[in-house]
Amino acid sequence: MVLSVHQLSKRYGDLAAVDGVSFDVRRGEIVGLLGPNGAGKTTSINMILGVLEPSGGAITIDGIDLAKHRTRALERTNFTAVYAQLPGNLTVEENLRVFGLIYGVPHLRERIEALLRRFDLEGLRKIKCGVLSSGEQTRVSLAKAMLNDPQLLLLDEPTASLDPATARDIRVMIREFAADDSAGILWTSHNMYEVEEVCDRVLFLSHGKVLLEGNPKTLPAEHGLETLEDLFITVAREPLALERT
Amino acid sequence: MPVHWRRTFAIVLRQLYLLRGSTARILPLFGWVAIDMVLWGFMSRYLNSLTAARFNFVPALLGAVLLWDFFIRIMQGVTMTFFEDVWSRNFLNIFATPLSVSEYVAGLVLSSMLTSSVGLCAMLALATLVFGLPFFVYGSVIVPFLLVLFLSGIALGVFATGLVLWQGPAAEWFIWPIPAFLSPFAAVFYPLSTLPRWMQFISHVLPQSYVFENLRAVVAGRAPSLSALLVGILLALAEIVLAGWFFVRIFRRAVRSGLIARYSAETLS
Repeated sequence: MVLSVHQLSKRYGDLAAVDGVSFDVRRGEIVGLLGPNGAGKTTSINMILGVLEPSGGAITIDGIDLAKHRTRALERTNFTAVYAQLPGNLTVEENLRVFGLIYGVPHLRERIEALLRRFDLEGLRKIKCGVLSSGEQTRVSLAKAMLNDPQLLLLDEPTASLDPATARDIRVMIREFAADDSAGILWTSHNMYEVEEVCDRVLFLSHGKVLLEGNPKTLPAEHGLETLEDLFITVAREPLALERT
Repeated sequence: MPVHWRRTFAIVLRQLYLLRGSTARILPLFGWVAIDMVLWGFMSRYLNSLTAARFNFVPALLGAVLLWDFFIRIMQGVTMTFFEDVWSRNFLNIFATPLSVSEYVAGLVLSSMLTSSVGLCAMLALATLVFGLPFFVYGSVIVPFLLVLFLSGIALGVFATGLVLWQGPAAEWFIWPIPAFLSPFAAVFYPLSTLPRWMQFISHVLPQSYVFENLRAVVAGRAPSLSALLVGILLALAEIVLAGWFFVRIFRRAVRSGLIARYSAETLS
């Protein structure tokens, strides 16, 4: 198990942004964390990344308690998020070197070269990240996210704002990573076709709670719906109807 | 290199990369202090010409300006490194990593030492070569002078970064005038006895005032007060402890509220 989340909660006064969420991510598995805006996805990811203190519950990464051993747990983790672009005033290579040092990556020079090749960034190494296209920036963010060969990779809408062709290339790269490195991936997206293609399992969050869990290919039919998108819309509009099924 | 040093070095390296590619960042390292040296160098010369040749204003005035600018450069070295993360919205990338708060602050301090040493060298070159500042006049007591100003500059820089983390990026405008606000109490240009009693009371808790009192004593040919300098060092160390406590407290508060993950101009201003 690379990630174990147990009874995780985050309260802001009377509001429960995340309310007793529990789930696991296994090695080689891609788990989709789905739900409408405000369901608690990003709040959960921020708590797993150690930048938001939970009100209750426990997070274990690769067997390490995040609350007690933050540094050791985060050495095994990495992430990319559409709202967390790398500094645009550093070049691709400079960003990778700085973050490689922060993550304590051994043989950093070789690792950076390998990632530049893997993500087709060799020609962009001296270019400042701020002038790259959305697709190029996403590839750089993914290269940064894989610098430390993370056991747990968190991807918060990694293909948002990308054209379909680039998004497909990115999905292929991420699937290869999951297959090659036996890492677990937690993925959020609002693109249900993408989720169905990539994820082995999905969790639907609504109002801070896990409402549904299962295989994205069979889950809609289990609830009398045709597609994952229909299920998503039902979760967003009529979560109580699903709680009764 | 141990891994925690590598993390601290990463913060310094980031600053070096930014400096390497930016004239707008390099020029201010020595531009403003050079202007100060020229301005106060000529002022000191002019004052020398007005008085009977017994008192040399260069080591008293120009030396005081040099040391005060060193203090400001140290403080700004810390805050500027921090602001780079604010301006590039880099908090989530930086703090969702194994980097600890102490490693990050150590990176800010080392970056400040690097950038402020450029300013110090520029000031020394101008003050000694152009205006004949006799730096040897201060003797070995220059070491505790620089130490007190270095420590208190670090403390003020760390406090200022905590303030911006707490109040948001717009609080940057509170930060720049802090040294100007402190300078009358630090008695950079005049003896403490010139100040009214209530101002002297504040001066006595500012470590910088012990430096400038002793600087004037040395220039006047009197022996420096080592016990007073020791008080200055202890006060500066106490400031560092308090500033570190303040920063950690604000940082933990930001982690509890989720501010670190969504820190931007829009969230707080």
